[in-house]
Amino acid sequence: MAYLDHAATTPMLPQALDAYVRTARALGNASSLHGSGRAARRTVEEARERIAEALGAKPGEVIFTGSGTEADNLAVKGVHWARRTADRNRVVTTAIEHHAVADAVAWLGDHERADVTELPVDKLGRVETAVLAELLAEHCKEITVLTCMWANNEVGTLQPISEIAALAEPHGIPVHTDAVQAVGHVPVDFAASGAAALTLSGHKLGGPTGTGALILRRDVKAVPLLHGGGQEREIRSGTLDVPGIAALAEAVAHAVRHQESEFQRLALLRDDLVARLREAVPEAVYNGDPESRLPGNAHFSFPGCEGDALLMLLDAAGVECATGSACSAGIAQPSHVLLAMGADADDARSSLRFTLGWSTTRADVDALVAALPEAVRRAKSAGLS
Amino acid sequence: MVEGVKLRVLAAMSGGVDSAVAAARAVEAGHDVTGVHLALSKNPQTYRTGARGCCTVEDSRDARRAADVIGIPFYIWDMAERFHEDVVEDFYAEYAAGRTPNPCLRCNEKIKFAAVLDRAMALGFDAVVTGHYARKGEDGLLRRAVDPGKDQSYVLAVLTPAQLAHSMFPLGDTPKDQVRVEAETRGLAVARKPDSHDICFIADGDTSGFLKNRLGAKEGEIVDAASGEVLGSHDGSHQFTIGQRHGLGLKRPAADGRPRYVLSITPVDNRVQVGPREALRVDRIRTGAPVWLADERRGPFEAEIQLRAHGEVYPATVTPEGDGLHARLHRPAYGVAAGQALVVYGPDAARGDTVLASGTIDATESVEAASV
Repeated sequence: MAYLDHAATTPMLPQALDAYVRTARALGNASSLHGSGRAARRTVEEARERIAEALGAKPGEVIFTGSGTEADNLAVKGVHWARRTADRNRVVTTAIEHHAVADAVAWLGDHERADVTELPVDKLGRVETAVLAELLAEHCKEITVLTCMWANNEVGTLQPISEIAALAEPHGIPVHTDAVQAVGHVPVDFAASGAAALTLSGHKLGGPTGTGALILRRDVKAVPLLHGGGQEREIRSGTLDVPGIAALAEAVAHAVRHQESEFQRLALLRDDLVARLREAVPEAVYNGDPESRLPGNAHFSFPGCEGDALLMLLDAAGVECATGSACSAGIAQPSHVLLAMGADADDARSSLRFTLGWSTTRADVDALVAALPEAVRRAKSAGLS
Repeated sequence: MVEGVKLRVLAAMSGGVDSAVAAARAVEAGHDVTGVHLALSKNPQTYRTGARGCCTVEDSRDARRAADVIGIPFYIWDMAERFHEDVVEDFYAEYAAGRTPNPCLRCNEKIKFAAVLDRAMALGFDAVVTGHYARKGEDGLLRRAVDPGKDQSYVLAVLTPAQLAHSMFPLGDTPKDQVRVEAETRGLAVARKPDSHDICFIADGDTSGFLKNRLGAKEGEIVDAASGEVLGSHDGSHQFTIGQRHGLGLKRPAADGRPRYVLSITPVDNRVQVGPREALRVDRIRTGAPVWLADERRGPFEAEIQLRAHGEVYPATVTPEGDGLHARLHRPAYGVAAGQALVVYGPDAARGDTVLASGTIDATESVEAASV
């Protein structure tokens, strides 16, 4: 079986799994005051330090959460709520955010009458910073929070985060970045980026599912989503998941330490995939920024084919990949990312995402290239029903 | 399709017990089976909830869990747009025209054995398997199921021979209660799920309210067919169906004290005509263009006809006439609505009655005098 869906989830790194199992055997609530509690707390604090060090942050800025989605919601809603006034009620986002950000922002608009501005992207899926500059000239005083992902989860395009943060900085607008797809895959330095908040997720970089973190600058206030025991600077209550946190730190440290070499390896493998796929299926359209993109991302449209049909046929042939985005009931919607990039609805339904990760080898690419032409032939005859 | 040959088969899984057992039987017969649940609404929450319909989030989960237990791959196919256009819109249009549609039949004709089958064939499948209760003989003909109470050959009679050739109905030879026992034995959680009866896209089962919502409330008269006397009013002729007795809301009883029935609906003037049961008598039925599932006949032949799902069977002489079929009933039927399907069966006690043809009812009349 060729697994080419690492952007959905990637296998746990052996050392992260070891850390998880080792820690899960130990006793202790990290908030307890006795010896077992102190031992658990020590594990958490060491993990916090490792993550901070790996990402150019201070340990006190790391807030552990139960997922990337939670961290995104905490950043978007929490910072908006903390900074909202009668005259300041605008959230700025982009047209290509993951649902964890996009739907949190939409909820603020629908239920709390927040003004929402969506920054457009160009054909390569890159946010138009010129539009932001214009927006700031007019509305800078109204903005509570600006959120823009570091790298797009569908087409892999890297976003100009530093440029955006630099534009927002003179106006004192905190910038949140969903870096779930970026951490461990491209260089990420929180302090150098100028962002005020950054989301990461464990299972996208070899850590466990159900772990995430929000890196939040100490001078930026966020209203909590969860109230309770007051853990994590009273911003995120809930007993700390010590084994999850230990494994998350292990995975972040490992992924960041090997980021550069893994980037080279994956980019080569990906470029090989792209070249051979185009040879096998000449009409395939390569989406996203050909240069400035995640190393493990290859995203294509197959004109006249439905992504769902291709996915099913490849699955049957032992190749696992993804279409754009799917809703919980499993009904495919045209990708909002491709629509924002100017694709029409049919193009947006005809795409597949192949994402490579630490366990990917050339054999996986071989399997895809072998199975794809027949799948495309059949999907095309089934058409866009 | 030849017995014993391994086929690539697509199992349409509604989330109910029948389609789950059908899929399991296809696996057991040695086929390479893939399960598919059809998403028929863009907003699944709006369709029937609970364990009755076929289009809810619960049903999709039930189908997925059945596929897990059977051990086959499972996907959801989005047929919402096609379903809305071909089934829901057709349902509105037929009622608006004063006819009585059968949406399950339309769904078989346009969705399950057309859109789904076409897509399956294009994607490399050889056949579609469903949990319908009907038999397919080695001669390829469609026959009634063994279980007369569950027989669904009527709603399958709209299939073309080509569609039928690529369909499998593994449950036709088994009574429903045995299918439930089998589901239990196979560890399928849907074993005790109640049967679905209502129209899946009408969330609360209120067909009249559903139609009123879309077609609007429009006041009209209820008149006595014989005298022309206005007996009452209604707020939309689409809420009535031929032969309907209850819900007419008539204050005064008929002169003879006997119940009155809906005899005809004329959407043009929004008028509903009522009268005694004898006036519902029908002994001649004309249909639109038929689908022949057996060899097409040129001249008159004796057969049995059925006019609604699980309805009565009438002996008749059937004659191909013009574009359609003409049926002369040897025993009168009562309350036959245009828009329903007339299905022609060739009696066969041993192997199950054979579906010969079907056509949509266009017009009815009563020629021979009622025998009182």
